[in-house]
Amino acid sequence: MKRAYDLAIIGAGPAGISAALAAAASGARIALLDDNPVAGGQIWRDGPQVRLPALARRLRAELAAQANVDCFAATRVVALAGPRGLLLEDEQRGWRLDYARLILCTGARELLLPFPGWTLPGVSGAGGLQALLHGGLPVHGERVVIAGSGPLLLACAASARRHGARVQRIAEQAAWSTLARFAAGLPRWPGKLWQSLRLLDPAYRGASHVIAALGRERLEGVRLRQGGQIVELECERLACGFGLVANTEIAQALGCALRDDAIAVNDWQATACDGIYAAGECTGCGGSELALLEGSIAGYAAVDEHARAQALWPQRQRWQRFAEALRTSFALDPALRHLAAADTLVCRCEDVPYAALAGHAGWHAAKLASRCGMGACQGRVCGAAARTLFGWSRPAPRPPFTPARIATLLELDDEQEPPCAP
Amino acid sequence: MNARRCADVIVVGAGIVGAACARALAQRGLEVQVLDDYRGGATAAGMGHLLVLDDNPAELALSAYSLQCWRDWAPRLPAGCAYRNNGTLWLAADAEELALAAAKQQRLSTHGLDCELLGAAALRAAEPALRADLHGALKVGGDGIVYAPNVVDWLLAHEHIRRCRAQVVELDGAAVRLADGRRLAAGAVVLATGIDAGALCPELPLTPKKGQLLITDRYPREIRHTLVELGYVKSAHQATGPSVACNIQPRPTGQLLIGSSRQFGSRDPGIDGTLLARMLKRAVHYVPGLATLNAIRCWSGLRAASPDGQPLLGPHPHRPGLWLALGHEGLGITTAPGSAELLAAQLCDERPPLPVAPFLPQRLLPEAADA
Ligand SMILES: Cc1cc2nc3c(=O)[nH]c(=O)nc-3n(C[C@H](O)[C@H](O)[C@H](O)COP(=O)(O)OP(=O)(O)OC[C@H]3O[C@@H](n4cnc5c(N)ncnc54)[C@H](O)[C@@H]3O)c2cc1C
Ligand SMILES: Cc1cc2nc3c(=O)[nH]c(=O)nc-3n(C[C@H](O)[C@H](O)[C@H](O)COP(=O)(O)OP(=O)(O)OC[C@H]3O[C@@H](n4cnc5c(N)ncnc54)[C@H](O)[C@@H]3O)c2cc1C
Repeated sequence: MKRAYDLAIIGAGPAGISAALAAAASGARIALLDDNPVAGGQIWRDGPQVRLPALARRLRAELAAQANVDCFAATRVVALAGPRGLLLEDEQRGWRLDYARLILCTGARELLLPFPGWTLPGVSGAGGLQALLHGGLPVHGERVVIAGSGPLLLACAASARRHGARVQRIAEQAAWSTLARFAAGLPRWPGKLWQSLRLLDPAYRGASHVIAALGRERLEGVRLRQGGQIVELECERLACGFGLVANTEIAQALGCALRDDAIAVNDWQATACDGIYAAGECTGCGGSELALLEGSIAGYAAVDEHARAQALWPQRQRWQRFAEALRTSFALDPALRHLAAADTLVCRCEDVPYAALAGHAGWHAAKLASRCGMGACQGRVCGAAARTLFGWSRPAPRPPFTPARIATLLELDDEQEPPCAP
Repeated sequence: MNARRCADVIVVGAGIVGAACARALAQRGLEVQVLDDYRGGATAAGMGHLLVLDDNPAELALSAYSLQCWRDWAPRLPAGCAYRNNGTLWLAADAEELALAAAKQQRLSTHGLDCELLGAAALRAAEPALRADLHGALKVGGDGIVYAPNVVDWLLAHEHIRRCRAQVVELDGAAVRLADGRRLAAGAVVLATGIDAGALCPELPLTPKKGQLLITDRYPREIRHTLVELGYVKSAHQATGPSVACNIQPRPTGQLLIGSSRQFGSRDPGIDGTLLARMLKRAVHYVPGLATLNAIRCWSGLRAASPDGQPLLGPHPHRPGLWLALGHEGLGITTAPGSAELLAAQLCDERPPLPVAPFLPQRLLPEAADA
């Protein structure tokens, strides 16, 4: 099966949704693709125990009202197919989509850094815990420790509390002085999440980071460094958020340039490749407000409505300053690069410990010798960790971008010839 | 300019062939300096199928001898080398191919190789995942699989071998010039840079044959042998145009490695989707259940092909001091040990274990080079 669209948008988070809405008025035929069951991205996830904010509900309703926008949920982009084509996979089949223009709104994923015990059941990412909570994971009465860096820790703590968990500690690695400066600047960026950043939370500690997750079969406690001290806390869950990594694989495969490990774009949200735009967290982390604005600008630009795009530049600039403040305030302490012990697994797919990687010349050599990154996640987790730990550049993406059925890849044959003997 | 003598022999290129040559020379007591700039080559890309091929007597002799070397190495190979003696099944789709299988059995048996003709029922019993209407297969019991990058490390871990990261930019008899301007000299230089040899030695008649591979996620083991269609040989020797053949290899991890394709002239490392799909179609044609398995990665590599398909092993006819170990096409992982013995025997003036004539570089370099 093959379909053609004027505009394809990959990712239906805040950026992708607003791009689709901005472009829709032009009448262009638009395809919005996302691998989740419903639109919303990382921040607006549905689940049995979730009530989405009004903004999310409104955007979804608007999206549903656009006759010229086809939303393909639970559909993954698994490879490029020809010069202006994508290979997609949904639950039933693989199929191809050709586009004239493309907007990448692929978002970001969590940076997971290895430390002793991080593979114990009960340990997850901070965003990972939120997703589990939305999915209905019962945590009522459980003791939770949240560690890492950035406002996401507080969002995670708020969700955990809403679900009845007892948050024992929120360990933020940034120093108090930095946090105070960041908080003092917040009124410039009114927004629900950012106001919730309450430094007065009794569980909140600055200059603190995780050293080890403790436990035998599953998590029983956590060892933290708080200022100059080592403390141990008992808990049932540990959620660590060390920051986000932009999803750039598709952009790289298309030949788009990167800047600071995110997709490089100009004022129109255009990438270095003709007709390909990018918006939201895949161009750098800055929160959902910035993602919404960038999405709109990209959507307008992609249908040549330049005046409307340009009208949003000042607002975008305001939120870019916020992104900059986030970046500088929550820059990772280099000490976090040295948490892993020799036997701490870095690659969970292939069980590769830290010691098997240290000392290699680069990612490629380490991978060949140790199988690191050769498993099902294809280095999405350990490759990003190795980048932080060792400074190794990220591996060039190879198809498929995510595991894909062989039957899907069969669709890549342009001529669809019957199988022929060689 | 004076060159510093750094070793008895300099080996340029630490792929499987360079590593095996270094090892064979070091075992003869020579001090070996191995130089590689880590750009990577075919060894990291290959399937690691260790198999006897018999398209001509020279190929059969070299691959059969090499497989014996692999079986001798086997007990000493570290676990990371993932050596398995799992055997190859050459699949016969019809009566004509079954006759081909029988002829192949004849040739291999006269060479003393362990092989057995399986009829349709025996094949189904051996590999139930195969499509039911195949006519049979030839089982070659001595074939195996290996993870070559780690074999390189094992081969190079020797007291007489030093390994150094360096790019060679010029060859000068038994000396080399490095990218940083240094010159190193030795009693001999062995060139084992795979397809990139042309940059240093333009007169070499090597052409790239690109191959693409795919690996699946881990699954419960259903396939035990490496499965190759008998059409593979035809595909491998086709002189022009891209070709594909079914080649399915079970890895010890539970993954399946699926090949193979050949494309002439391309040096583009990107994946050709159409050719990938055709290759997978071949594989699914033989093992229908593959269609529902998840693929996790595809990659490509370049085979260095000589005009007659056989490697170049021996002295460069017109550049004294320079020795060649090149042009292993799609069989270099298999034939690395035998190639190394042939090269080392010539370099050390020993009686080689096999006739060397079919592999001598002069067969392809008759004219005096302008170098
Ligand atoms: C794990 C996690 C949790 C977060 N939790 C919060 C929170 O609680 N509160 C908050 O304010 N911010 C949160 N954020 C930050 C928030 O996601 C961003 O600020 C913002 O919403 C980004 O919007 P976006 O549209 O750029 O990306 P996203 O919302 O990440 O949307 C990108 C979408 O693209 C899809 N996609 C990517 N690749 C493909 C592909 N190949 N095929 C198909 N679809 C694809 C993804 O599945 C995703 O749905 C979180 C981020 C992460 C990574
Ligand atoms: C897709 C594919 C599948 C294959 N499957 C099999 C199989 O199943 N079984 C089998 O037996 N064979 C297989 N082969 C063939 C096999 O991989 C090769 O024949 C073999 O790896 C060649 O090894 P090599 O050492 O000659 O070259 P390479 O592995 O290419 O090594 C050359 C080395 O030289 C270095 N180098 C190059 N130029 C310089 C320079 N100027 N200075 C310093 N260093 C340099 C490179 O970094 C590299 O390490 C396959 C090949 C491909 C492409």
